[in-house]
Amino acid sequence: MEVLQLLISGLANGCVYGLVALGFVLIYKATEAVNFSQGDFMMLGAFVTLGFVNPEYMGLPFWVALPLVFLVMGLFGYLLDLIVLRAVFGQSQVAVIILTIAIGFVIRFSVGLIWGHEPQSLHSPLALGDVRLGSLVLGLADVAVIITTFVMTVLLWQFFQRTKIGLAMQAASQNQMAAYYMGIPVKRVQGMVWALGGIVAAVAGILYASKGSIDPTAGFIGIKAFAAAVIGGFGSLPGALAGGLIVGIIEPFAARYLPPGYSQIAPYALLIAVLLFRPHGLFAQVRTKKV
Amino acid sequence: MRFHFKTTYDDDIRLFIDGWKLFLYGALLVLMLALPWMIDSFYLGEANNVLIWAVCGLGLMLLTGQTGQASLGHSAFMALGCYSCVLMMQAGVPFIIALPVAGVITGCIGALIAIPALKLHGVYLAIATLALAILADDIIVLLEPWTGGVSGIVPPDIVIFGYVVNRWGNPTEWYYMTLVVTLVVTLLYRNLLRAPLGRSFAAVRDSEISAQAMGVDVARTKTIAFGLSCAITGLGGALMGLFAGAFNNETFNFLLSIQLLMMIVVGGLGFIHGAFLGAIVIAFLPQLLSIVSDMMGSGVAIPGLESAVFGVILIVFILFEPMGLYGRWLKFRVFLELFPFARKDMFKRQKSYLKTERLR
Repeated sequence: MEVLQLLISGLANGCVYGLVALGFVLIYKATEAVNFSQGDFMMLGAFVTLGFVNPEYMGLPFWVALPLVFLVMGLFGYLLDLIVLRAVFGQSQVAVIILTIAIGFVIRFSVGLIWGHEPQSLHSPLALGDVRLGSLVLGLADVAVIITTFVMTVLLWQFFQRTKIGLAMQAASQNQMAAYYMGIPVKRVQGMVWALGGIVAAVAGILYASKGSIDPTAGFIGIKAFAAAVIGGFGSLPGALAGGLIVGIIEPFAARYLPPGYSQIAPYALLIAVLLFRPHGLFAQVRTKKV
Repeated sequence: MRFHFKTTYDDDIRLFIDGWKLFLYGALLVLMLALPWMIDSFYLGEANNVLIWAVCGLGLMLLTGQTGQASLGHSAFMALGCYSCVLMMQAGVPFIIALPVAGVITGCIGALIAIPALKLHGVYLAIATLALAILADDIIVLLEPWTGGVSGIVPPDIVIFGYVVNRWGNPTEWYYMTLVVTLVVTLLYRNLLRAPLGRSFAAVRDSEISAQAMGVDVARTKTIAFGLSCAITGLGGALMGLFAGAFNNETFNFLLSIQLLMMIVVGGLGFIHGAFLGAIVIAFLPQLLSIVSDMMGSGVAIPGLESAVFGVILIVFILFEPMGLYGRWLKFRVFLELFPFARKDMFKRQKSYLKTERLR
């Protein structure tokens, strides 16, 4: 029973990590830019939702606010790409890494300035409280998070398989030059990928906020999401999700069964182990370049 | 505009290009030596801080600026250098031996860590080193018997040949000590760049494939770069911890290594001057901000303002001046030297398109 309980809370955490990692890999695959501020995107998404939904701010009904949040976050991602990231297009990855870290700092500061640094809780329909099944205490929010992530994954998968934009994104991520020759507006598609990354981050943020309170430093879970993305293999979307779930599940078990102090280390130790033995992750997509 | 007619091969690798340069750097050295008589002890402390940051920055610059590997984990090596130096001092090793040995230890461990990390590059290396920096924090807490854990360590006074150097008691001596370390590190760095090893660093940075084709052992070069970089950063970390007067696991937070990386980018990646200019920015920014907010009349400190302002500065630099402050100075100097023939597009960035990292 205890194992099951740890498993479910771990899975729910893992879903949030997985979604952040998903946004991260999405952007990496399409634009080769590594968005180190994806965790802060998530935090921003949660706070934008909070600003729309919570009664002390705008007090809109949740389901009215949701499309607005997606619109705001999508626009944010698109404009960020248009204004800031396109300028470093094709430059070394170090520049992009530093740039996105700096963007993360600015986002964290702005959110703190607008909504304050106190932890706040989102009035979310997913925050349902607990249910008891014998000795098992299930957080309904946890279950809701797992289901939402599942639905989201299927939607994204269908989006990439079926829609024209999704296919264009796949093409642009596989070979920019060839995609450009085929008449795909690569730059605009990349902007859309950033918008999509913003929306996925918003979903992750809402799920994260439904499980508890949120404050501007929540973006630091992005670091665990990077670990998840690397464990899963950086260029693979299912890998990112799987990596997130692995990290999420390891955490509660390490906290339960390892001596105190070692539990925070567990995800990073796993990360380093994966990097040592399978440097490109469990679902690697790297091939050797033929000249 | 001065023209350099090269008559021997040595002209290419001379420490100072000509007498004028020698004079300029000599003048700078005299100025630095005379500094304690020119400013009060508060600003001397700040100057000291700048030098310490510059030493750490030089360490990271060797890796990121010269060899092209981004590390987000150098705070871990600063911590390693600091703890090993102070632990040796507590065990009775004289400071003058403990400091270089701490650097050597940090360098060796850094090189050991680099061997597996070498399989990684770009993003993977950045994330692996970031994980290392986060782990370092927890490991310091776990090793409490040695490191003092959360309550930290108050280092003993530095004794050099029976002469006590205390930050508050004799700031001038502290300053000279830091200056000597900075000078040694800078000279070492400059000489390294002239040596074959430094050339192979640059080759690896510019293209691993062509470096390999020219006979550079990429793996070995990267390991040495990582080790040397860690050694220098370890020295800087030791000085930083000693200068702070007390430190614990929080002192060498992973944010410190992000700050360090940002510092060298603002200063100018790949230039020795860049590390110093970046250090000046990072040391004086908090002062500047507090002066500005005093003038604005708001007594309340806004949390996170400093890192946000730094982030904005960084974004502006990466977008408009990727070569940093030193690059800006270079452009200005060329403008003056060529006046009135300097053209706007002389430093225009080359057009580049994306080369995927997933194929390698």
